[in-house]
Amino acid sequence: MEAGVFTPELAPSTEVASRPVWMQLLLRSLHQRHMQIGLTLTLLMVAVALFGPLFAPHSATSFVGIPFSGPSAKAPLGTDYLGDDVLSRVLNGGRTVVGLSFAATAFGVLLGVVVGLIAGYSRSFVDDALMGLSDVVLSFPQIVLVLVFVSILGPKLWLIVVVVGLSHSPRVARLTRSVTLELSKREFVEWAELLGIRRRRIFVQEILPNLVTPLLVETGLRLTWSIGLIAALSFLGFGIQAPHADWGLMINENRSGLTQNVWAVMAPILCIAMFTVGTNLMTEGLTRTVTGIDATGDVI
Amino acid sequence: MSVSAQDVAQLELVGAPEVPRQRRNQWVLRRVLVGIATLVALSIVIFAATQALPGNAAKEILGHDGTPAEVATLSRQLGLDRPIIVQYLSWAGNAITGNFGNSLAASEPVTTLLGPAILKSSILLIGSAVISMLIAFALGVLAASYRDRGPDHAINAFSFFFTAVPEFVIALWLVMLFGTTVFKILPAVSLIPPGAGALSDPQVYVLPVATLVLATVPYLTRLVRGSMIDAMESEYVRMARYKGLGERRILIRHALPNALVPAIQGMAQNLGYLAGGIVVVEYVFGFPGIGTALTQAIGVRDIPVVQATSLVLASFYVVVNLIADLLVVFVTPRLRTAG
Repeated sequence: MEAGVFTPELAPSTEVASRPVWMQLLLRSLHQRHMQIGLTLTLLMVAVALFGPLFAPHSATSFVGIPFSGPSAKAPLGTDYLGDDVLSRVLNGGRTVVGLSFAATAFGVLLGVVVGLIAGYSRSFVDDALMGLSDVVLSFPQIVLVLVFVSILGPKLWLIVVVVGLSHSPRVARLTRSVTLELSKREFVEWAELLGIRRRRIFVQEILPNLVTPLLVETGLRLTWSIGLIAALSFLGFGIQAPHADWGLMINENRSGLTQNVWAVMAPILCIAMFTVGTNLMTEGLTRTVTGIDATGDVI
Repeated sequence: MSVSAQDVAQLELVGAPEVPRQRRNQWVLRRVLVGIATLVALSIVIFAATQALPGNAAKEILGHDGTPAEVATLSRQLGLDRPIIVQYLSWAGNAITGNFGNSLAASEPVTTLLGPAILKSSILLIGSAVISMLIAFALGVLAASYRDRGPDHAINAFSFFFTAVPEFVIALWLVMLFGTTVFKILPAVSLIPPGAGALSDPQVYVLPVATLVLATVPYLTRLVRGSMIDAMESEYVRMARYKGLGERRILIRHALPNALVPAIQGMAQNLGYLAGGIVVVEYVFGFPGIGTALTQAIGVRDIPVVQATSLVLASFYVVVNLIADLLVVFVTPRLRTAG
């Protein structure tokens, strides 16, 4: 941008520092203990999901022993209800949960941001209409909303991503709207409007950067919920179908053998728990960094 | 819609007595109308998702083996050959009077089928809500009075863990601990024979309730802790301290009542959350409630049952939130003392 003599500085908070505020926050949060543990756990589970199949001793569907037999040299975590190797199925079973929950979170946050920006900036009936719609989506318990759509369309993975994302969007939209409303009254946005800068550019250059920080925390929360929701769906049998290996599905398949080989249930449970605890710890670390900085007035 | 119940409660304090009362009534009326509009919108979403989406529901129900004649018969039976708006209006009109049609799987009226399930789920839900509220109040007050010390940190860590872990994981841990692997003292499956009274075997409620309590206590505890801390730092509590009142008395008589407003709202949020939570938890324990009815109905594509159960579960949240908002306006201690 050509800086003329009379051009006011448009977004002081992002222009002063060499890096945007949210990036500084992220870097800072890395010194935070919650963030360190959370990030380690999350990366570990993502790695298991992505690269696990490469290390699996057997295929996810090859018979290795009597169903529900305990740990042995051949099957370190024993066998499942069909006699397949539990370890290999755990290593193969993370991709759907991890992939779908990241996809659903991304879609939900994106949709929420778009709706929130439009609602917060419209200054018309569009705001009321969008927020009313959000309230309707919000009234559904998330799992019920997904189940209603799955009931006729069937358990399709794209549908789960879309509906889980949809069920997240109202909370993101509300947050985005309130930040946008507040920002649109600030001087640098009013200046930009006076200068005749187009709305889309104001969105992208002035409002969006200021949204990133509050959205980071919200995204963390939404991710934790997505994982729980998507794992629950496949546990209920409305996610990916057998004979695919999937953590949620495995828990359900092997529940009946709990007394014979507890690992067939415990191993996938621990994977899901470590993943959600990891993302939740990351969110907590972020929250603490954000509020810490707010309190000392260091950056913001 | 942008005015919250708390704003109205605040309003009563500031302005002259007559004007705010009128504004309050207007707000209440508006809030009720918004609630009704939300219910209508909910029914439209449910109807659209289950009956109006592209593709013939009758064909979906019958699967690939359905002959065209069978599909046509079922379509007529479901009223799918009528225009979509007529279908919705007759469905919604019947739903208001409690008539959801016949279950396709059981060929019995949906209402007869769901009555006992709703009763059992209500016991489960209300039991969990009451117990978790009591525990959360105790823990929240404890954490607030030991702020940033040992007990607070311990409660925080506990909350943190159980917020992160999904309900069905908690449920299965409880099953392993008390139902199968470690101790075998509680039923791992909530079998209530059809026809038996909802409370014929209270033991079957223990593990499902414990799961829901563990899943919801953390959120409520944080809420109570936060509002207690706010209240303890407020001016009237400082005043009470200057007067030389004991900490215990301040806590119970002055701080606690003012922590009620967020508690009511939190309770409503929590009940709404439980309406979703019971779906998975009932499934884990095979508990014969409305959540199990929903998941089973989806398995066999019993659309009238899906419509009825999801409408009940979703309206529950709307109604509970409406009641909570009205309660906040009418029962806040600030309002009573200001009057």
